[in-house]
Amino acid sequence: MIHISKRTDFTLFKGKAEWLNHYVGWGVRLIAVFLSLVVSGLLIFFVTKLNPVKVYGAMIDGVFGTPRLTWAWVRDFTLLLLIAVGLAPAFKMRFWNIGAEGQVLVGGIVAAAFMIHLGSAGIPAALLIIMMAICSMAAGAVWGVVPALFKAKWNTNETLFTLMMNYIAIQLTSFLVPKWEHPKGSNSVGIINPDSNVGWFPKLFEKPISGMTQGAPFTRFLTAGEPVFLNVMIVAAVVLFMFFYLKKSKHGYEIAVVGQSENTARYAAMNVKKIIIRSMTLSGALCGLAGFMAVSGIDHTISTGTAGGRGFTAIIVAWLAKFNPFIMILISGLLVFLEKGSVSIASEFGLSKDVSHIITGIILFFILGSEFFINYEIKFARRARKEA
Amino acid sequence: MGTFFDKIITLLTSAVAFGTVVMYGSLGEILTEKSGHLNLGVPGIMYMGGIGGLLGSFFYEMYVPSPDPTLCLLIAIGAALVCSVLGGLIYSFLTVTLRANQNVTGLTLTIFGSGLANFFGGSLNKLAGGVGQISVAVTSGAIRATQPLTDNLVKTLSASGSGFVRFLGSVMDVLDRLLFSYGFMVYLALVIAILLSLFMNRTSKGLNLRAVGEDPATADAAGINVTRYKYLSTCIGAAISGLGGLYYVMDYIKGTWANDGSIEALGWLAVALVIFATWKPLRSIWGAYLFGALYWLYNYIPGLSRSSQEIFKMLPYIVTIIVLITVSLRHKREDQPPTSLGMSYFREDR
Amino acid sequence: MEENVKTAAGPERVPAVRMEGITKSFGMKKANINVDLDIYHGEILSLLGENGSGKTTLMNMLSGIYFPDSGSIYVDGKPVSIRSPKDAFDLHIGMIHQHFKLVNVLTAAENVILGLKEGFVLNLKKVRSEVKKICERYGFDVDPDKKVYDMSVSEKQTLEIIKVLYRGADILILDEPTAVLTPQETTRLFEVMRNMKKDGKSIVIITHKLHEVMEISDRVAVLRKGEYVGDIMTDETDPQQLTDMMMGRAVTLNIERSEPKNVRKCLEVSHLSVIDTDGVKKLDDVSFTANGGELLGIAGISGSGQKELLEVIAGLQPAVGGSSVVYTDMDGKTSTLLGRTPMEIKKLGVHLAFVPEDRLGMGLVGNMDIADNMLLRTYQDGGGVFVDMKKSRKLAEEIVQEFDVVTPGISTEVRKLSGGNVQKILVGREIAGNPSLLMSAYAVRGLDINTSYTIYRLMNEQKQRGAAVIYVGEDLDVLLELCDRILVLCAGRVSGIVDGRTATKEQVGLMMTRLSEAEAAK
Repeated sequence: MIHISKRTDFTLFKGKAEWLNHYVGWGVRLIAVFLSLVVSGLLIFFVTKLNPVKVYGAMIDGVFGTPRLTWAWVRDFTLLLLIAVGLAPAFKMRFWNIGAEGQVLVGGIVAAAFMIHLGSAGIPAALLIIMMAICSMAAGAVWGVVPALFKAKWNTNETLFTLMMNYIAIQLTSFLVPKWEHPKGSNSVGIINPDSNVGWFPKLFEKPISGMTQGAPFTRFLTAGEPVFLNVMIVAAVVLFMFFYLKKSKHGYEIAVVGQSENTARYAAMNVKKIIIRSMTLSGALCGLAGFMAVSGIDHTISTGTAGGRGFTAIIVAWLAKFNPFIMILISGLLVFLEKGSVSIASEFGLSKDVSHIITGIILFFILGSEFFINYEIKFARRARKEA
Repeated sequence: MGTFFDKIITLLTSAVAFGTVVMYGSLGEILTEKSGHLNLGVPGIMYMGGIGGLLGSFFYEMYVPSPDPTLCLLIAIGAALVCSVLGGLIYSFLTVTLRANQNVTGLTLTIFGSGLANFFGGSLNKLAGGVGQISVAVTSGAIRATQPLTDNLVKTLSASGSGFVRFLGSVMDVLDRLLFSYGFMVYLALVIAILLSLFMNRTSKGLNLRAVGEDPATADAAGINVTRYKYLSTCIGAAISGLGGLYYVMDYIKGTWANDGSIEALGWLAVALVIFATWKPLRSIWGAYLFGALYWLYNYIPGLSRSSQEIFKMLPYIVTIIVLITVSLRHKREDQPPTSLGMSYFREDR
Repeated sequence: MEENVKTAAGPERVPAVRMEGITKSFGMKKANINVDLDIYHGEILSLLGENGSGKTTLMNMLSGIYFPDSGSIYVDGKPVSIRSPKDAFDLHIGMIHQHFKLVNVLTAAENVILGLKEGFVLNLKKVRSEVKKICERYGFDVDPDKKVYDMSVSEKQTLEIIKVLYRGADILILDEPTAVLTPQETTRLFEVMRNMKKDGKSIVIITHKLHEVMEISDRVAVLRKGEYVGDIMTDETDPQQLTDMMMGRAVTLNIERSEPKNVRKCLEVSHLSVIDTDGVKKLDDVSFTANGGELLGIAGISGSGQKELLEVIAGLQPAVGGSSVVYTDMDGKTSTLLGRTPMEIKKLGVHLAFVPEDRLGMGLVGNMDIADNMLLRTYQDGGGVFVDMKKSRKLAEEIVQEFDVVTPGISTEVRKLSGGNVQKILVGREIAGNPSLLMSAYAVRGLDINTSYTIYRLMNEQKQRGAAVIYVGEDLDVLLELCDRILVLCAGRVSGIVDGRTATKEQVGLMMTRLSEAEAAK
């Protein structure tokens, strides 16, 4: 006889160790991650007959083996992190913004448009970059705020609306790619401004660091990270901003209350519609910023794959982190590690790189499932006096 | 005149083919959503169904010198069902038993399913000696086999001398191409849609299912096993969605595999179609064909550039958004999503 | 007191249902503690107790909604385990819940057959004729093809009863069935209950209304604070003794009530009408004045428009044209509140405090800690973009200390506290803003006697401070001892305003139902 009830608190530890009870939840999640790695390892073993431990070793090697690889990991996970952090205000408000993919993409489109059409206009580099950032954010904000307006006004289902907006953005990209394609007939945009680098993220410390190429390993490591510095700084700033915005600001407080109960929000004299629209504007703008970063700071091109499913993965990151930007760092770091690691073992052992999605899926399944054991209590009741 | 007519007929037939993939996906999702579960894993499940069928028939065709078409068919369908139900089981275990968030679980299932499918799909390509080379000709042939009901009749009539009879022949020819030129899975989708509609509206189990999706607490109080209904509708729904993946792989792209993400796009379109059909299986039939026609419309509008074609492919999504907004504006009780959609049910919540 | 209570049943009768040592808790809250209860064949049993005494929880364990933490249940002497409503149906136990368990988008007939195993194909024709038969037998009037969302409250309840009868229940549990009924409907319901009793069915009626207990039941079982007090045959007892059992001691309330001082007009409501989203008229031409320095009580059967009245004043609900709500401040300046949002009302300088009925769904955020909940009213105060956490923590500490809130600390989530402590925090926060107008709805519902008295004292203090206090209550004894004037609502209309010091319980009780009588006479 199993009986399930809602858990109010863990009481695993008593007396002096009572404070540990607060961390049992995270312990459960860690166990889940560990179990999922075991299951993934078994799966790898059955498919490839390779020693899972070796495979994981190869993964670590494939991600952190060289400074260049490590920085590629940093570059990719900060992009995912930026989107997840951007989604946090929406999701904390229980606004199911499934449309990050589209918001990122329109941000990217705008950035690419600037690079292509103003590439030879002679605008000062810094000004151009700032204009690009602002316009990309505006585009993302528009993409996010349209469903929010309908949600606020007529309670139109935002999950499905934002989902549809993704595909409109994708088709918009498909529409523009042939217009911008280079070389003609390739059906791809190719690297934009490969020689002039107009609209690319500027190099921050070109001189001082490249002068130290011969230096100590750590300096060499830093040097390899040069192209990623601006990305990291932007994302770090957004993470800090979002942490304080959600935790300490009046807006953040409003978001939290609306997310818990709209009735209470109205009772507390909050303008729920305004809050929904404002938060989705912010959420969309940050996703647009991520699109700008992907195009201007990483890919230097645009395609329907620019967002690459990160808009969806970021939802999971934000949700699992309980909207805490710092925990999002850990989760996005782990997911991108798995992705990059799997791609590297895939090429090493001749597997398809899609194995990364399988492992990601398994880990997420486990973490999602583990929430149950944090929120609910299972009692194995003694069989009540009852005939057999 | 003739070419115009021909064009319309080809548009309609390609709309039917495209629509069938989406229809399977949406029918499964309608059944699932009727139990109150919004499964955003439909693309993943369609991937799993597609790859399952492909793997099953691939190995059968590889190891058996002269594969039997009927057996091919059964193996492909069986494998597709097993794989997609597996996806449904993962989803329902997490969301029904463990009460995990439905949207996040669904999205994860899509990541997992697409990874699984493309992993094996990619490896199959390698096994068969390169991209696009694998084919399961026998299975695909069996699935695509058309019904030669009227072919002979058409030929006889067309060959005859009399003008009227020849006219009759060409009318028959048009009907034949419009109605009888598809593999059996096109008709199976229609049958499933009708059966689903009958099930939901005319049977007591269907009534119970609707109640579970509307108000699980009430259904529970009425003695309905909410958990069982949620599991069954999710898993059977997954099986139906999975058939969409199978149809796509075996019929639409003729027994090959492409790592191009098109199943995912079709899967999301299936989710859109559920809204478009306002959770009614019969509406999803013409909705699916309409989506197909809208999607292929660009081929039949003269003077479109490669890029403006893409604008046309936006139509199904825009139409869905318009429907979504209209539904929320009109607020007609019959057209609303199941009331408990997206919320997990725990009896002792208070 | 308990020693006086005789066990009513003789030893020779085998009870239809026996509950033994039942305990059930929700988190830290204990809803039932070691309860024993017998239900016999062919009797009408009243389950009596105050709000929050655990009556509904206990019966929910019979109907399979909850499962007891410990204890055993026997049906006809055999031990059973009721894990789901289906198990309950199989044992012929049916419950009519206070919150109707009906699916809105389905028709009456579809709701009746829901969950039954009567063949694969839906045979609505048969259900329709069966429903008609039941209707004819008991004098109900329900259209089997009507959708539930088109039904009135009493139609819904009738449908619930038909549902249980259709399933052939032998043991019927009715949870406060008369709360939503007109006197005529109540009389008819009681007739039905007597008829069912004649068929040998057992009926449990959950109630806290003594006159109903006396009128309908054969036996009374009393719960108090989740514990079983005892049972007694109805004809061997009187309301006084039952009240004693319910309250644990004779009701000598002795609520302090000061004489109103410096009475000034504060709020004037005139011709207020409210129509809800379903088009039902919730308030009909309501007019009254609430004065500063005075405590105005609002009495009425639950659902008579109390909630709508307070929410309209607070700016949470729209009113029909022609209504007016005018606020007069200390300097005599008037401003209209109607058509303004809560924010706009606040900006007018109206210090409005509101303790809503739905504490965790409106007044507080259950998943936030005590300190964060303090911010709900004041987070906008002070310049800058950040909220003032220091102030809210200080306020939280003060309230916890002043009202003896039992909590591990101010960073404990509110939903983890017991009902009384939740209410102390809510009321504490509301009066911390020195309100000029304080409204409270069912402020003592579910609270223990001590906390209730704390709440009464606080209301009185606010009145002495000069605030206009509006107190929506359900216990007439309390209303009569606490309030200066009492406004009686009946079906959304004002049936009168009486002086709290001179009015009698009978008088107010009559007014609570008078309008519906007048309407029925038409």
